[in-house]
Amino acid sequence: MPHLEVLLFASYADAFGASAVTVAVPEIATVDDVVGALRALPGGGALPARPLVAVDRRYAPGPIPVRAGQEIALIPPVAGG
Amino acid sequence: MIRTAVVDAAIDSAALVREVTSRATGATTLFLGTVRDVNEGRPVTGIEYSAYTAMASDELARIAHEASEQFDGIRLVVEHRVGTLGLTDVSVAIAVAHARRAPALDASRFVIEELKRRVPIWKREHYADGEWQWVDPTVTTQTVPTP
Repeated sequence: MPHLEVLLFASYADAFGASAVTVAVPEIATVDDVVGALRALPGGGALPARPLVAVDRRYAPGPIPVRAGQEIALIPPVAGG
Repeated sequence: MIRTAVVDAAIDSAALVREVTSRATGATTLFLGTVRDVNEGRPVTGIEYSAYTAMASDELARIAHEASEQFDGIRLVVEHRVGTLGLTDVSVAIAVAHARRAPALDASRFVIEELKRRVPIWKREHYADGEWQWVDPTVTTQTVPTP
């Protein structure tokens, strides 16, 4: 089962107590699989129904496939400006 | 010309204006976002901005590119600051110049609205009572109306 690193920021980093976590996902995994694995971790209950995810620094919807080596990040509601 | 950046030092807005202004531009706009002293009724003492810097830089550049396609001929510089900011400090500056005022004004509005919607930057507000919280624009805080 492949393991993927997920970058965490701001309130999500606080919720998980880390700036990155590693999750186990199916061999052929999607963004939704990553979010599902994150929910199972301590702190995962803080995630909203549909958290934003970025893959290689672009927002990626749930069905998008992901693989090891890509830069995956969980994006809290943005508040720039 | 287009330039975008996520910076960790004070923004020199006058320098941005000079950067976009040219002999061919007849209109220059400067939008500044600054730290204000109250939010949702709570006195604010400062804001800590943090970013997913690599993606924030990319997303800012993408927004600027979209603006240049939508508003042909603009000269645009955007800087967003991260770190700890005090009241009245500039968090974001958008300078746009164009031969005519309408594209300069419209592009400025486009950039700030897209930035607030898409760029992965977060702010932790610090309040006068010593508490702090991450600002979540997707949650509307209900304030008790005053009589």
